[in-house]
Amino acid sequence: MSIEAAPVTDPPATRVITYRQALNETLRAELLHDENVFLIGEEIGVFEGSYKITAGLLTEFGPDRVVDAPIAEEGFVGAALGAAMIGMRPVVEIMTINFSLIAIDQIVNHAAKMRSMFGGQVAVPMVIRMPGGGGQQLAATHSQNLEVWFAHIPGLKVLAPSTPADAKALLTAAIRDDDPVIFIENLSLYSSKGEVPDGEQIAEIGKAAVVKEGTDLTIVSYSRGTTTALEVAHKLEAEGLSIEVVDLRSLRPLDRETICASVRKTGHAVVFEDDWLSYGIGAEISATIGEGVFDFLDAPVRRVAAAEVPLPYAKTLELAALPHAAELAKVVREVLNVAPLEK
Amino acid sequence: MAAKTRARTAEVQAFPGDTPADVLRGYYRSMSLIRNFELRSSEMYARAKIGGYCHLNLGEEATVVGLMAAINTGDYLFTGYRDHGYALMRDLEPGRVMAELFGKTTGVSGGRGGSMHMFDSQARLFGGYGIVGGQIPPATGVALAIKQKQASGPDSDAVMCLLGDGTTNIGAFHEALNLAGLWNLPIVYVIVNNRLGMGTTVEAASAEPDLYKRGASYRIPGIRVDGDDVLAVRDAAAAALERARTERQPVLLELMCYRLRGHSVVDPARYRSPEDTTIAQKSDPVPVFRAQLIAAGILDDAAADAIDAEIDAIVDAAVEFGDASPDPDPADLFAYVYATPVANAPSALPGDPVMEAL
Ligand SMILES: Cc1ncc(C[n+]2csc(CCOP(=O)(O)OP(=O)(O)O)c2C)c(N)n1
Ligand SMILES: [Mg+2]
Repeated sequence: MSIEAAPVTDPPATRVITYRQALNETLRAELLHDENVFLIGEEIGVFEGSYKITAGLLTEFGPDRVVDAPIAEEGFVGAALGAAMIGMRPVVEIMTINFSLIAIDQIVNHAAKMRSMFGGQVAVPMVIRMPGGGGQQLAATHSQNLEVWFAHIPGLKVLAPSTPADAKALLTAAIRDDDPVIFIENLSLYSSKGEVPDGEQIAEIGKAAVVKEGTDLTIVSYSRGTTTALEVAHKLEAEGLSIEVVDLRSLRPLDRETICASVRKTGHAVVFEDDWLSYGIGAEISATIGEGVFDFLDAPVRRVAAAEVPLPYAKTLELAALPHAAELAKVVREVLNVAPLEK
Repeated sequence: MAAKTRARTAEVQAFPGDTPADVLRGYYRSMSLIRNFELRSSEMYARAKIGGYCHLNLGEEATVVGLMAAINTGDYLFTGYRDHGYALMRDLEPGRVMAELFGKTTGVSGGRGGSMHMFDSQARLFGGYGIVGGQIPPATGVALAIKQKQASGPDSDAVMCLLGDGTTNIGAFHEALNLAGLWNLPIVYVIVNNRLGMGTTVEAASAEPDLYKRGASYRIPGIRVDGDDVLAVRDAAAAALERARTERQPVLLELMCYRLRGHSVVDPARYRSPEDTTIAQKSDPVPVFRAQLIAAGILDDAAADAIDAEIDAIVDAAVEFGDASPDPDPADLFAYVYATPVANAPSALPGDPVMEAL
């Protein structure tokens, strides 16, 4: 949407809805929009989704378009891929990103490769939706942020919306895109609320957004991390610090230009990420900033990421291992070399 | 002993074989322990002392007790995430099991695993596993190592690997069964068929809903048993383990039971029909077994109540133990990441600089 031109018509009305509802409404709208769209996954029909994203859709669209699959991630992800090869537009729900590892061969060795390896003869218009995230005491195997596994793979597009509005506009774009799109949601965002414009909204895949402007330092984040980044940025405003927040939205492709333009202006950057530090999303961002705007940097780029342990169940350990607002604020102050404001 | 139990009343016929009365009362006590512990877990979850996912063995007590009556202490046990009852039946102190649910250092997995990940190497409880089917290949591998290290025969160890009905649809189940059939491994796979995987019935998920038949492709004999019948479960499991030990013949047992409540403590199970819920409640193995024992003169109401009261005190004590136990210290966050210390192992907390400026 262009902001230069005066709108010819009134801007769309907006409603405040949850991230969950935005996803649900978008799935419904796309099922109505294109008869080739169908949903497939575990417990998405009768059970209405483990996190209730697909509530009501089986009743409305029936079992051919809302397909309950057995616990067979490799099988049904691969089956969705096959359907996509002849023009269907499957939207797969994997219950959580952790279980995508069972389907990783179909995703990485097959979905991501097909178009290129078969000389451009086939397209794979499929979406794989799945939530990641820790912090709910789900323990080591159920709390992972594996986005970088997918963001590393040529042939995949990887999206990670942080707001209900982006959940809608990016999911619509993902479903209409002709490539395999990994659509990463987050358990802790499902009940978050935000303004969502009515009507069809289609985001451009591959673009980051400056979600808060500032002049002193850039926080780069995505998904749940962006909400924490905004919270910290607003809090630090009271301390006289002007923080810009860049929400990546798309992890592959990565919008290096928006990141670098921001850091060129602020001269300082901190990446806030929920994945593990080594080889994580932040490593790619830091390298990009180092290469792109080294001369504009006034301090080294810092990363705030999860401690590199299989996430323990116990609350005390889980809190210690995951990155929170307090650590982000601390690192921002360190980079800007300012002391925290006395209470 | 057999004569003694049989002699009392005609109803004793309900307990075929020669299980002594005190053993039968012991089974009731065990079932009562699991029932009480699980109801208390649910309560503790509502009070936010337990977090994450919490799956209960409610309705599966006869299955759990029967299986654990058949297994030797030296045998290795692998389970899914619905594992509290198995931990209790491997004789782990209820307090340590509750402490794991509370995420305390005294928990069986040091508070690091939680409800889904009970482990005790001494008791050879080789883990609850949260990833559906995750336990099946490693269980098969333990059986492989047993075969490599021990002669077959009655003294050989064996493996028991539990899994749910829904879990028979995952690739790992089929790959592992093929390995066990091909290599003649000492393992018993036990399908705890509670007829539901979350909200999905067996018929809606499995093209062959007679799950015990799924061993056929791997030349693994399959046997279906009433999972609400503690003695039938015990005897079938004992026979299967015997074949595993002595013949290196893997076996697939399917135990038919009911899940009394939702998939996990937070699932209200609205998808379930009232008829289905009624059947599940009618076949609830704990009151049924109690009534059978009373009818057979092995217990009377007072004696059964006394057992329940004793169990209640044990579970009270377990909760107290959990409450009184310390939380893990964040300083120990990295304690168990690697067995062999290694240079440059990460130890940074979120927000720590990756390195000191050189
Ligand atoms: C690979 C994988 N996919 C999905 C899940 C989510 N999940 C957890 S339990 C479960 C149902 C399993 O049902 P069943 O095997 O019948 O065991 P029950 O819960 O009835 O004991 C599902 C789908 C998971 N944990 N792992
Ligand atoms: Mg089941």
